[in-house]
Order: sequence, then structure tokens, then C-alpha cells
Amino acid sequence: MILNMGPQHPSTHGVLRVLLEIDGETVVRIMPDIGFLHTGIEKTCEAKFYQQVVPLTDRIDYLCPLTNNLCYALAVEKLLGLEIPPKAQWLRVLLNELTRINSHLVWLGTHAMDIGAMTVFLYCFREREEVQRMFEMVSGQRMMTSYFRVGGIALEPPLGFFERVGEFAGRFPDKVDEYENLLTGNPIWMMRTKGVARITAEDAIALGATGPTLRGSGVDMDLRRDMPYSGYENFKFKVPVAQEGDVFARYMCRVRELRESIEIVKQALDGMPEGPIKADAPGVVLPDREKMKTQMEALIYHFKIITEGFAVPAGEVYQAVESPRGEMGYYIVSDGTAKPYRVHMRAACLANLQTLPKMCEGGLIADVVAAIGSIDIVLGEIDR
Amino acid sequence: MPLAAAITDVEQLKGHPAVARLLAWNPLAVAGVKFDREEMTIYIDRANLRETCALLRDDPECAFNFLSDITCVDWYPAEPRFEVIYHLLSISKKERVRLKVRLDSASPAVESLTSLWPGANYFEREVFDLFGIRFTGHPYLRRLLMPEDWEGHPLRKDYPVEGYR
Repeated sequence: MILNMGPQHPSTHGVLRVLLEIDGETVVRIMPDIGFLHTGIEKTCEAKFYQQVVPLTDRIDYLCPLTNNLCYALAVEKLLGLEIPPKAQWLRVLLNELTRINSHLVWLGTHAMDIGAMTVFLYCFREREEVQRMFEMVSGQRMMTSYFRVGGIALEPPLGFFERVGEFAGRFPDKVDEYENLLTGNPIWMMRTKGVARITAEDAIALGATGPTLRGSGVDMDLRRDMPYSGYENFKFKVPVAQEGDVFARYMCRVRELRESIEIVKQALDGMPEGPIKADAPGVVLPDREKMKTQMEALIYHFKIITEGFAVPAGEVYQAVESPRGEMGYYIVSDGTAKPYRVHMRAACLANLQTLPKMCEGGLIADVVAAIGSIDIVLGEIDR
Repeated sequence: MPLAAAITDVEQLKGHPAVARLLAWNPLAVAGVKFDREEMTIYIDRANLRETCALLRDDPECAFNFLSDITCVDWYPAEPRFEVIYHLLSISKKERVRLKVRLDSASPAVESLTSLWPGANYFEREVFDLFGIRFTGHPYLRRLLMPEDWEGHPLRKDYPVEGYR
């Protein structure tokens, strides 16, 4: 029998449609069908100035907008050969890790709800709300932050921001204990997740899986540690790896990542350097408002950047960062003008979704929901 | 850090493990190289693509065992019009290399990599969908993002960003 699941099914996390060929309760074949959220972002980017692409990158993966901002900014900075001041780098790391926490909390809440644990969702969204208020503090937006710009970050964080983050970082490990108390040792949770939707390391690599989906199968790869960017080499953290390759292993990887991320946030707070938050590149970085009111040069640069953008030397770069879901990569080709010739996003979820047939075929229908949740897909990123 | 000029001379880049391995296999396998902004690009003839990838994947010196990404760039109206781009990653060596295959607009087709990496499946379908590049040997080459009955390939440069086609 062929069964259609989605695209409006609540447990498909957006608009994923899955075609299931079933024999009784057993899944014989599974075919994901995507593209319902395709908005042509890559095409749109080609018609925008480099700085105008930043708000588009938020909308690709709406659960980790700052990671996308970071990846895009790093790629353009690499094309330009720009050096970013240390304070901007550390702030980027701090906010990036808060984004990871934000994203993992949404994943944990919804994943647990899919499997039937309603309470966890409420607990997770309680903390997520706090993280989003912090994003609102720095950028004025809860979700579509657009806070990292080419050449630095948009604004100085407001007064009281670091205290608030510090307070949250002190409290958060106890909250993770709360989630774990509800789930990790829970017999129902273990029955629904242990040994379910297994995938081996070889299969995960061959299918292009990255992030916790790969690390849950015992492959120790994390771009933050292996190919550091934005000053990650200055931070000490462990990369959680689990060997079993089942839903529970991926769950454990992400929950442990929550704890590691908050440690990185603490380190970033403790060692936050002083100094400027924007690179010294007047032709690329928008000048401060104050300077525009007093200096002719600043006003001219502002006008020029807004009206005609900034030219980027011809060339191409591929910049990858470790997003909450895996390897998020931006491939940008410049032809020397102020608009990118080609922007391509390597979506971690698109590759991770390909592991779904390997995970589910031969299993039960009810486990499909657990498997989809454990990959942590965001359809905005898959379809772009 | 000011930008250094790109190196495109094969002689200077012989030391790179991937280039060295390919030259040792077949002196004609490397159609060109580019080292720019700390990134290595190797141009490959379309006939050699699959063997090149198999070599780079299985050779212990290179160990590019992970296919990160496949994409394409349209250089319309120049010929050869398309560049199909493969990003390989070595998980053990922590290195990346970019392979490029140039295709003309008359027959934009290249061999599929799905037999080496099953994960190439969606990437190749996406390139087929948005650029109209055919991947020979692909098990299920159909549109991925656009509707099945869509006409045209939106990421080609002769396809308008907005308005009517």
C-alpha cells in the first residue's frame, strides 16, 4: 500500500511530503518529496548587492539565522580579503552558540512532542524565549536578525546585554538537567528511540550527512574544531560523539552539545576583547551614524555603499561553518562587480534528509516520525 | 590580509597531494589548476570525472572521502557555458578540494557520481532541475525543487529574475 504523509503533517516539521510504501506496519520504501517551500533565494541573490543578500540568508534556515549570516559574511570577507577585529569575532562566536542553543531547543521540544512527550516542549520553549529576547536586544529582531554584516557586525550590543547572557549561561545547565530528567532515563523515551532508525558511519558518510546526524554514528567531525573559522581555535570545547547511530545517539549528541555550547558562551563572555566591532574598510563597511553627521567622507561612503554597493574582486570561495544541523556552506562566485554572480548554499538538511530511506526502510511506520525528528530538518533550508 | 594573486601554473602546484596523484595516474587528467584564496581548484575533463573522483576518494594520500556539494555556474553567453563544481572534503586530512568540469551548451551532460557517493543524488537532481545539466547514469533524474511540469531552468542566466519568461 502507498501512504502519503504530509506536506501538512505536523510531525514533518514544515512542508515535507513523504511517500511510504508499506506492508502492514512495515515500511518497504520511503520517498521524500521536497520543494514546497522553494522561493528561489539563490536566483534572487544574483540581483542584489552583496550587503542586500544578508537579510535573505536569515530566511534560509529560520531556526539559525545568525549561523547563516555568519557563513555568508565570512565568505564575502574571504573574497574581499578583509580582516575582522577580534571583538567582532568573539561576539559572532557568542551569538552563534546562542543560536545553536536556540535551534537545538526547538528541535528537542518538537522531536519529543512528535514521540509523545508534551511537557518537554513547554520547558524548551521557556528557555528559547529567553534566547530570542537576547537576539531582540542586539538586533531588534527575534528571528530574522541580519546582525552580522560583511566586515563586522551591525551595532554595538546594548548596555546590560553581557550581564543578561552571563545570567542565562549560569542558569542554563540546570535547565538541561531538567530536560534530561524528563527524557534520558525515561523508559518510554528509550523504547521509542533506542535501536530505532539506525544508520552506520559508512552509510552516513556516503550519503553526505553532517552534524549530529553523522556524529551520532560515531564519526568525529566538527568544522568548528577541524577547520576553525571566526576565531573558534581560541575556544576549548568537546565534540560529543555517540557510536550507536540510532535516534537515541543523535539525541544524546545534541543534548551534550547544548552543554558544550553554553561553555563556549561563558568563555566568550570571560575573554571578550575590547576594540572596534567593524573592520577598517570604509568602502565596504557602513560608517557610524555619528560620523555621518560630522564627516563629509563618511557621508559620501554611506551614500555610495547604499546606492551602488561595493565591488568585490573576481574569484570564488567556498566557506563552510558548522550549523546546528551540520555543514552549512556558501559558494560565492564574484565577477568583479557589486552583485554576486552566483550564490549557492550547501544545505546541511538536504544531504541529511537523504539518510531517511536508509534509516526507515524495514522499520515501522511509527518510527518514521522519530527518524524525521532525529535528523532535525528545516524545510526552509532544504528548499531555499 | 591583502589578496595574493591566484596561482594557475601546474608546475607550482605539483606538490598538492590531489594534483600529484592525478598527474601520476594520467598526465592529461589535469586540464588546469587554480590556487586562490587558500582554495584549490582542479579542472577535469568530463570523460575523466568519475575515475578522478574514485581515485581521490580511495587513495590514502588524498582520502577525499566526503562529497560536500555539487553545484553549477552558468557563464552565458560564453562557451563552454557551464561549470559543474564538486566540493570534496577529506574528513581525516581536514582538507578540501574543488573539482570543475566545463560543459558546452550543446550537450550539457556529465557522468553521475551516485555510484561513488549515493549522497550525490539530491545534489545532481537539484543541478538538473535548476540548470538543465543531465547526469548520465543517475537512477532518478527528475526535478527536485520546481514542480514536475515546470518549463525552463531557473538558475540559467538567460532566465529572468522576475516578470514573464
